Amino acid sequence: MPSTLTSADVLRIAELARLELSDAEVELFSRQITDILGYAEQVREVDTSGVSPTSHPLDVHAAWREDVPQPSLERATALANAPDANREAGLFKVPKVL
Amino acid sequence: MADAADPFMTAVEVRDAIAARTLTAREACERALARIDLLNPALHAFHHVDPERALARAAALDRAAAPAGPLHGVPIAIKDNISIRGMQTTAGSRILENYVPPFDATVIARLEAAGAVILGKTVLDEFAMGSSTENSAYGPARNPWAPDRIPGGSSGGSAVAVAAGMAPLALGSDTGGSIRQPAALCGVVGMKPTYGRVSRYGLIAFASSLDQIGPFARTVRDAALLLEVIGGHDVHDSTAAERHVPAFGQALSGDIRGVRVGVPRDLLEEGVDPDVRRAFDQSLRTLEELGATVQTVTLPYSRFAIPVYYLVATAEASSNLARYDGVRYGMRARAGTLGDMYDETRSAGFGAEVKRRIVLGTYVLSSGYYDAYYLKAQQVRTLIRRDFEQAFDQVDAIAVPTSPTPAFRIGERADDPLQMYLADIFTVSAPLAGLPAISVPCGFTSGRLPVGLQLTGRAWDEATLLRIGDAYEQATPWSKNHPT
Repeated sequence: MPSTLTSADVLRIAELARLELSDAEVELFSRQITDILGYAEQVREVDTSGVSPTSHPLDVHAAWREDVPQPSLERATALANAPDANREAGLFKVPKVL
Repeated sequence: MADAADPFMTAVEVRDAIAARTLTAREACERALARIDLLNPALHAFHHVDPERALARAAALDRAAAPAGPLHGVPIAIKDNISIRGMQTTAGSRILENYVPPFDATVIARLEAAGAVILGKTVLDEFAMGSSTENSAYGPARNPWAPDRIPGGSSGGSAVAVAAGMAPLALGSDTGGSIRQPAALCGVVGMKPTYGRVSRYGLIAFASSLDQIGPFARTVRDAALLLEVIGGHDVHDSTAAERHVPAFGQALSGDIRGVRVGVPRDLLEEGVDPDVRRAFDQSLRTLEELGATVQTVTLPYSRFAIPVYYLVATAEASSNLARYDGVRYGMRARAGTLGDMYDETRSAGFGAEVKRRIVLGTYVLSSGYYDAYYLKAQQVRTLIRRDFEQAFDQVDAIAVPTSPTPAFRIGERADDPLQMYLADIFTVSAPLAGLPAISVPCGFTSGRLPVGLQLTGRAWDEATLLRIGDAYEQATPWSKNHPT
């Protein structure tokens, strides 16, 4: 398992995360994250056979409630923070997809 | 009776003075605002102050026929990642520069129902990612004991507001130490409650299996009062447990005889500043003089807490921050197509530390690395929890210094994220295990920088931590020391 994150790795991961990084950021993150992963390597030496993962720190339980309709945000309120919207039609606007 | 013009009146003193009609809510609010005017230009605790809203609220409280609740007229500062309807909430990020929440966080609704007067929003590391507030897109807050130094983070602005007497109370959020560490470095009380004690509805999410809102105050009694107001189940947050919230103030008996305090001595062997160590050792002697017993415990897996924390927290952050896409709220970069708009918005809107954590978190969740890093970290997290469960068979609380070093100079560690992460060694374990932990002031370094004592307790047993902290505070002079 490589513990070095190359510049190409950083670019690939940044694309998954929808981040456009500068060349300087790619170089810097490659070095810094390699350092961090190098430090984190010690975790992989711990014997965890038969140990269940903790995804939630305390007793996990499903919180059930009745499905009762409640008032939600008015459409105009929900659109108030939008960078671009057609407020009359009640729609968020985005640039063309293709 | 406290002098009503004293900026370091406690929340209880302010409330009682208003009830006794020696002070009005409006006067308390005006004094807080004047103190902010005086000190905020140098200390930058607040990113945004709303005097009109605060004064109108205070005047309404003065007109009310009966007290609104246990915080009637008490001014409070709010970390700028907690939503307040109609008040800008940036989370310290450019990407939310002009965001105005259309709803109140549950903690805000509870504070206002209890009579608190909200002054404004405090400076934090961007999306609460940091230990110094240097990752704020709007500039760092400064430590009131030494303004060339960091106040700690990420809730640094809240810690500064309370330490410098701008407000008796503040709210912060704690994911890996973001309340306790700045409380320690600024010489105030800060508490991370048990996971599930306080609703996160309206808290801007960082790492959802860790995040918890909690109090800052200058006394343990004030912190207990604030926790009592904000705690409890909430239909809007399924992780806010259906647990009774004790009357924490009544737990402060001053009597800690027979309380068993554990010290994980092997974790303290290296990396702890000698002045911090001296203050910590002295605090243990004080606890013994008060009738507590101090014994050694072992937490063998806690030495893996930093890597486990940074693998889990960044993975969760990479998922939580996917929502910032320039469509529904926040800033948007100009671009020709939707895909380019996403990429350019996120690249321009997020700062370096946030991008670094998103890349790391995306990597550890990505195909081929998930089992090796993320799943492995979650398994070691289980072992860290078990260590605490076993230790709590023998002791009632576990004591360590909150931070291994006092506040460092602004800029000193900015180029080395790993070194910055390593300083979280004593604070990351409690949130990994979901446990409550409090930091109380326990002295000063030779350079007059505050030192904090951290006590971690059993799940849902904040009361014991508050009782120990209060007894310790009563026996020591630290809560009466203020920066000049």
